[in-house]
Amino acid sequence: MITFARLLEKLLFTPQRNTKIQHLSEWLHHTPMPDRGWGLAALVGEFQSKKAKPALIREMVSTKSDAELFAISYDFVGDLAETVALIWPEPECRPNQPPPTLSEIVGALDHASADETRFLIQQWLDCSDTTTRWGLLKLTTGGLRVGASARMVRLALAQAYEAAVEDIEEIWPLLEPPYTTLFDWLEGRAERPNADGKAVFRPLMLAHPVDDNDVTDMTPDKWLVEWKWDGARVQLASGHDGVRLFSRSGDDISSGFPELTKSLSWHGTLDGELLAGTPDNIAPFQNLQQRLNRKKPSANLMQSIPVFLRAYDILLEDDDDLRQLPIEQRRLKLEKTVKILNHSAIDLSAFLPFTDPQQLISWRQQCREGGLIEGLMLKARNSMYQQGRVKGLWFKWKRDPLTADVVLLYAQRGHGKRSSLFSDYTFGAWMENPDNPAEPPILVPVGKAYSGFSDAELKKLDAFVRANTTQRFGPVRELEKTLVVEVAFDAISRSTRHKSGVAMRFPRFQRIRWDKPAIEADDLPTLMKWIDS
Amino acid sequence: MVSKSLDQNRPHRKLSTHPSNWIRPLASGLAVLDAHGEPIFHIDATRIADTVIVTHGHADHARPGHKHVIASAETLAIMKARYGANFAERVTALRWHETMRIGDVDIHLVPAGHVLGSAQIVLDYEGARVVVSGDYKRKSDPTCAPFEPVPCDVFITEATFALPVFSHPEPLLEINRILVSLKQFPERAHVIGAYSLGKAQRVIALLRQAGYQEPIYIHGALQKLCQLYQDHGIDLGILAPATTGEKGKPQQALAGQIVIAPPSALADRWSRRLPDPLIIMASGWMQVKQRAKQSGVEMPLILSDHADWNDLLATIDEVNPQEVWITHGREDALMRALSLKNMTAKALHLIGYEDDAE
Repeated sequence: MITFARLLEKLLFTPQRNTKIQHLSEWLHHTPMPDRGWGLAALVGEFQSKKAKPALIREMVSTKSDAELFAISYDFVGDLAETVALIWPEPECRPNQPPPTLSEIVGALDHASADETRFLIQQWLDCSDTTTRWGLLKLTTGGLRVGASARMVRLALAQAYEAAVEDIEEIWPLLEPPYTTLFDWLEGRAERPNADGKAVFRPLMLAHPVDDNDVTDMTPDKWLVEWKWDGARVQLASGHDGVRLFSRSGDDISSGFPELTKSLSWHGTLDGELLAGTPDNIAPFQNLQQRLNRKKPSANLMQSIPVFLRAYDILLEDDDDLRQLPIEQRRLKLEKTVKILNHSAIDLSAFLPFTDPQQLISWRQQCREGGLIEGLMLKARNSMYQQGRVKGLWFKWKRDPLTADVVLLYAQRGHGKRSSLFSDYTFGAWMENPDNPAEPPILVPVGKAYSGFSDAELKKLDAFVRANTTQRFGPVRELEKTLVVEVAFDAISRSTRHKSGVAMRFPRFQRIRWDKPAIEADDLPTLMKWIDS
Repeated sequence: MVSKSLDQNRPHRKLSTHPSNWIRPLASGLAVLDAHGEPIFHIDATRIADTVIVTHGHADHARPGHKHVIASAETLAIMKARYGANFAERVTALRWHETMRIGDVDIHLVPAGHVLGSAQIVLDYEGARVVVSGDYKRKSDPTCAPFEPVPCDVFITEATFALPVFSHPEPLLEINRILVSLKQFPERAHVIGAYSLGKAQRVIALLRQAGYQEPIYIHGALQKLCQLYQDHGIDLGILAPATTGEKGKPQQALAGQIVIAPPSALADRWSRRLPDPLIIMASGWMQVKQRAKQSGVEMPLILSDHADWNDLLATIDEVNPQEVWITHGREDALMRALSLKNMTAKALHLIGYEDDAE
């Protein structure tokens, strides 16, 4: 637990992704089994102790600290695990034993009654130092929240053992903490666990963005075209061991989508888009977002926001690996399969018939009207299903982003390399004065952007912030409302979270309008016209 | 920490003149008053005053412009280095334990262990002894004389870290984390944010104690005070300026080196000249991870020049006063802890001393 707590601390404080991976990989190298496996389980969220509830921890600390002093401290620190870790007094007589190892913790808590759990945790806290106590409390109360995703942990695992992350991801659903079979394979003592016939994640084939110019050569004899749906890319796998749904990063998200993970007599793997709504009435992306945020949706939520899978590819069926077939042939299989499945939450992403490249351009222009389509997907008819972003086979042609002229309102410093620069900007649009329409209009925040500018532009923006700060609120600078920026964004929707009532999807800088007076920036009604119905 | 030589059970005397009659917090700071209630002198006056005893050189305690400043020679040297030779009309340097009488009050200074020259002020008047601690700490510090506990009737203490969550670890253990990180990231400049008076020099001296002998690169703002410490016989080893080379361009020579700068420079344009900087912050506040995280620090180093919770309580036990007065900080928690021990305590609510300067 000592080194694991230090690892958690490093992950919490390290801003750079690569350095986090380096810390993880180093820890994996130096930690023996089975501690390594249990730590890994905690990091990817597959170990959760349900016994050490916050109430139990509070009760334990109440015997160690004056209630009023604890309250003042908790108020200052703001986090229960950390307050307890810090306030826990050194026992007068330290137990003559080291802090527990991860496997000791897992083993002991597994069979412990409530009283035993209390006794164990108390003893563990007594023989640990502050950081170890903090790690221990985070581990046993669930939710590490140190800024390391499951995907990142698997990347570190791949780096530590010089393995391909796809090979690890593929067998992940077959593994269970402490992942003995995984390490037996990674350390060369055994073959890789066999994923045949199981519902596991297969590496995805990805598309390149396309230039407008490339499209003129795309002819119907060589290319297939379909809509690029505005949902979440997922993979549905059905095997002897059940049905699983995976996100594009290979995380098992089955529990969030019961309508898709009921067991099927059909076995195989489908690639497609998860969409909210029903096939004939698709709902906007933010509805899907609500479902994606829930690990276990309530019956109510499932009814108000149903989801379905719009399938566009098939990778495996029974014992056949179809990935070596050209997409034309896979497509025929897929059509048949979707028909046989006859599943209320699975349908087919249709191909768009086209005779001439000009047609592609007009379709792309239509995307904006529907709002629920992000653009076009262009796939070479002879493309096999290959992992990763293979050149020249699949292309995505996104619709043009929307743009608006907005005024910069607030600035904040960036992180890591950009910590000396003001690189995070909140911007606003004009709105009629809500108190009195006769008064001049006011600016309301409509979004936040961190990207889209060059290094040279960032320096100029940074200088602008420093010269035009009117007020400081902690790390936030309020700016003189003079600088207009043209921002690009993928979509805009209604939002009750923001004062303006709208929220933008992925806003970024397009152009800085040093020349444009602030009063000529766009107003809220102009932005609202773009809201997808 | 508790020294055996002190008489712990010294009976509390009955005071003929209660100190609250002659020492009080005013808007201008803590003041000793004459029989008419007029200030005779101030301690760490927050506004310009006639006669001021200064506990230590931090800017919120040592302000320029007073008529007569009384302090340790080191504190006077620090004020001179910061404000120029004319920071006061007249100065008086007191050696440790040297007594001086102002009005009918005998005063002398004893070390507070906070920064170079930092003093507690011992006031004796009509048989009552009041000790004004100033800022102080009990952990080891190679750059200043250690805190000397003086039994007293009223102990006027700071409370910067007066919460039971503050328990500052052994300084050398913390410093060692930098040396470990240098091995793990030999290509990154390790930049330590440290307050320019006291903390910076302590960090350097601790690094030397831990065996680090390479040149240490310092921000221009630290230059004068590091020199002053060295002139006072504190060995800081080889120091080199960090701010050479072309503005805004990373200086590859600083890769894998230790750079020390005031905290304000860390997030400023200055830091852009450092190659892939690993930001370290040396402060007692770094103990709270959530706070350290918010400040954008990659390696929080818990190193404080103030007493932590246990040291505050142990010190109060040691000087065994009849009353504890609290100048600034988290007085509510300390008041609560003292009331649990049936001790008399009150908060002076002095304003003008910074919490975050540490």
